[in-house]
Amino acid sequence: MEFLGLFNYWVVIVLMMIGFYIVICSNNLIKKLIGLTIFQTSVFIMYISMGKITGGTAPVLADGITLYSNPLTHVLILTAIVVGIATTALGLAIVVRIHESYGTVEEDDIHAKDKQA
Amino acid sequence: MESFVHVVIILMLVTTAIAIVRVKDLFAVTMLAGIYGLLSASFFVLMDAHDVAFTEAAVGAGISTLLVLTTLSMTGRFEKASVKPQADYRPVLALVLVTVTGALLIYGTQDMPGFGTADAPVQTHVVPRYLNDSATEIGIPNVVASILASYRGYDTFGEVVVIFTAGIGVLAMVMSNATKMPVVQTALMSDHVVLRIVSKMLIPLIMLFALYVQFHGEYGPGGGFQAGVIFASAFILYAMLFGLTAARNVVNHTLVQLLSALGVLLYGSVGVVAMINGGNFLDYNFLSDDPVAGQMLGILLVELGVGITVASVMIIIFFTFTARSQKEGEAD
Amino acid sequence: MIVHLSVLQVIIPLIAAPICLLLRKSELAWAFATLVAFMTLAVSVALLSQVMQSGPVSYELGGWEAPWGIEYRVDMLNAPLLVLISAISALALLASRTSIENEIPENRHTFFYIAWLLCMAGLLGITATGDAFNVFVFLEISSLATYTLIALGKDRRALWASFQYLVAGTIGATFILIGIGLMYVMTGTLNMADLAQRLPDVENTKTVFTAFAFLIVGVCMKLALFPLHLWLPNAYTFAPSIVTTFLAATATKVAVYVMIRFIFDVFGFEFSFTHFPLQEVLLTLGIAGIFVASVVAIYQDNLKRMLAYSSVAQVGYIMLGISFASQTGIMATLLHMLNHGLMKGALFLALAAVVYRMGIAQLSQMHGIASRMPLTMAAFLIGGLSLIGVPLTVGFISKWYLVSAALENGWWPVAAAILLGSLLSVVYIWRVIEVAYFKPVSESTPDVKEAPAALLIPMWILVLANLYFGIETSLTVGVSQMAAADLFGGLR
Repeated sequence: MEFLGLFNYWVVIVLMMIGFYIVICSNNLIKKLIGLTIFQTSVFIMYISMGKITGGTAPVLADGITLYSNPLTHVLILTAIVVGIATTALGLAIVVRIHESYGTVEEDDIHAKDKQA
Repeated sequence: MESFVHVVIILMLVTTAIAIVRVKDLFAVTMLAGIYGLLSASFFVLMDAHDVAFTEAAVGAGISTLLVLTTLSMTGRFEKASVKPQADYRPVLALVLVTVTGALLIYGTQDMPGFGTADAPVQTHVVPRYLNDSATEIGIPNVVASILASYRGYDTFGEVVVIFTAGIGVLAMVMSNATKMPVVQTALMSDHVVLRIVSKMLIPLIMLFALYVQFHGEYGPGGGFQAGVIFASAFILYAMLFGLTAARNVVNHTLVQLLSALGVLLYGSVGVVAMINGGNFLDYNFLSDDPVAGQMLGILLVELGVGITVASVMIIIFFTFTARSQKEGEAD
Repeated sequence: MIVHLSVLQVIIPLIAAPICLLLRKSELAWAFATLVAFMTLAVSVALLSQVMQSGPVSYELGGWEAPWGIEYRVDMLNAPLLVLISAISALALLASRTSIENEIPENRHTFFYIAWLLCMAGLLGITATGDAFNVFVFLEISSLATYTLIALGKDRRALWASFQYLVAGTIGATFILIGIGLMYVMTGTLNMADLAQRLPDVENTKTVFTAFAFLIVGVCMKLALFPLHLWLPNAYTFAPSIVTTFLAATATKVAVYVMIRFIFDVFGFEFSFTHFPLQEVLLTLGIAGIFVASVVAIYQDNLKRMLAYSSVAQVGYIMLGISFASQTGIMATLLHMLNHGLMKGALFLALAAVVYRMGIAQLSQMHGIASRMPLTMAAFLIGGLSLIGVPLTVGFISKWYLVSAALENGWWPVAAAILLGSLLSVVYIWRVIEVAYFKPVSESTPDVKEAPAALLIPMWILVLANLYFGIETSLTVGVSQMAAADLFGGLR
């Protein structure tokens, strides 16, 4: 694989792992959700990179163009983006409720309050 | 040149991601996440994925930032600074887990077909049919729209249902028990003359643009999802300027809920009508005597269904969140 | 209509969900949802008999042939599971209106039924589809609906449990997405049958190896294989009782099904067990799961939590069956999936009745409860015996085949471990029986009546199913045997 490809995929993997790290490591629930978004968005970047053809164009049929990048990955990721925002919205709704009933959105505070109860 | 831009965008993504890890101010984190979304949208443009870029810009930089900000207004802006000692094992554990996962992925990339090669399996299997035959089978130039709404239209039906599910979830959890809205309004931006006038001029334009995106999706980037998000943003802008009470006078809450259900039903009934006419579920060829006309009609209707559900669910989510935060503001 | 059965059983609940929103009134929504669930049950039973008579059913959605379009593919492996999901869902919905009276605020009932239908449609969709990416989409429908259902629990800890599950579930789903992407990049296809044909050409690549690893880990997150089970006990404990009944009996089974489908059909037996140390991994984690979870279950006072840990242990048994890598082993796994659905359904419904009357299912407050709620506790007793694996119950049948599969491989220690695990379940079930039947009624025992008929009827239907399929095994064993034979002689 030539340099750009390797560079592309490896850095995308680094991005995914940064997102994953935020999810596991962060104590704040909202930041966890943001980490989840970063993780997912990086997976989308991986998918879209897989469908690219060097010198290709966007898959809207036009006369005189023969080389199109893969439209199927685009469709899959469109769906996945929608799934992602749906998850984020639901997660935030839960966070709002957690804040109302626990008075905090920090994981260890929630654990502490659960232990007291 | 293209590779240069490619490398620069990727490096900016990394920088943004690292900044998100380090920054403790959640407001800044949210903004950075929005930038991350915008950067990935630019990356998608570079990868010829215009539809995806459009959606990611609307979602990653738009809606999701807005929702997080609304949540922050209720939960507070700063992450707790000090972590208790017993939680200290977590960064190490996370680092190990992340390194192992990342290493496995890097191992996995080694046998992948080269980046951008035209003879990779993803380009030679399945996809050629879409590129070569969709013009005659479906009759619209945007191949992404053909696959999205027809070849893999069932996935898209699932996608609409996912959005609907999220709307139901938010309603079930956050919907205020009190039906009446708070009368007192917190400081509104409608006091700002410039904002008010400019936005009033913008709102009809935004709606017009949404309609364009909705019905032009067959020919260029766009479609029901993007249009729905843009359409909803017009109402959200209105609500931000004039307050929720005023916005609710414009769009009735019950009506929006009904619309969110109707979008899904529209999509589903297109499929059922195809079944009644003797085809399979979502086989648009059976919607009309001429298969291509049937496909056009089917795609138009299902995209409309997507647009209606997405717009109404976005409005529902934003309004429920805001209503909750105002209620909370009163209680303080 | 007969050709549409496979898709009908998914789209009926899917389209019914928005209609429920239009109905608004919660009584109407309940009646409609229950009706829909029974219709779905009828469709899936018809589908099962169709598959038994004339072989696998393939359905091209949108009229586009696979691999260009999405295909539904129902065979002996997933048809019985579809029946299980819709049957449990229908029975639980019947009881739900009574059960959620005290557990969920009145104004959320309509949303509850909508989320339920969506969850059910999602599970059915995952099970019926023959397209890898479609699995992801329907997985997310069922997951989002599940998070909602769990968060509706009365205790505030339900919210926290739901959030934890949301994070764990989304990580799992994203892992699955990565796995699907890596398979796609090597083969260019998303259709499972097409993948099965094209993967052998590239199966010696590091990319396919990684794809498999990510898929399996992602699915294991969903099916709560020890030690990825951490989200499960809280979710099952704090979710509304009737939701726990539904999830415990179906959701993890669907994840197991996805795993079996990918291991045996998509990647193939050869790849999964020779290129990948699947046997060792599943065997170790399965046995560890059985012991750790069973021991933890013994120390629980909250009975919902006790049964939740028992579910983690049962996932261990199910994984053992796969790790045997033999036809008998996989048959035992399939049988245990169905049977475990029946027993956990009955047990959790009994607990739902207890919670309905007492508000909580704490063992320390249940002294002599059997004299107050004889029918409910009798149901719990029979369900418990089935869980242990006493003859004349379904539990015996699946344990029997599990042990014989272990012996067939000559794995004596594993067979012993299965029996030892059953002994542990004797301990935690006996604790409940002892307190409920043999302790005198004390002051701390609340003065409660027998559960209402709305809960008793579905509960006893499941209890009788436990006994019926424990004696008349030809249907369940026959179906599992045919499915196992298909998996071993099937696609390749």
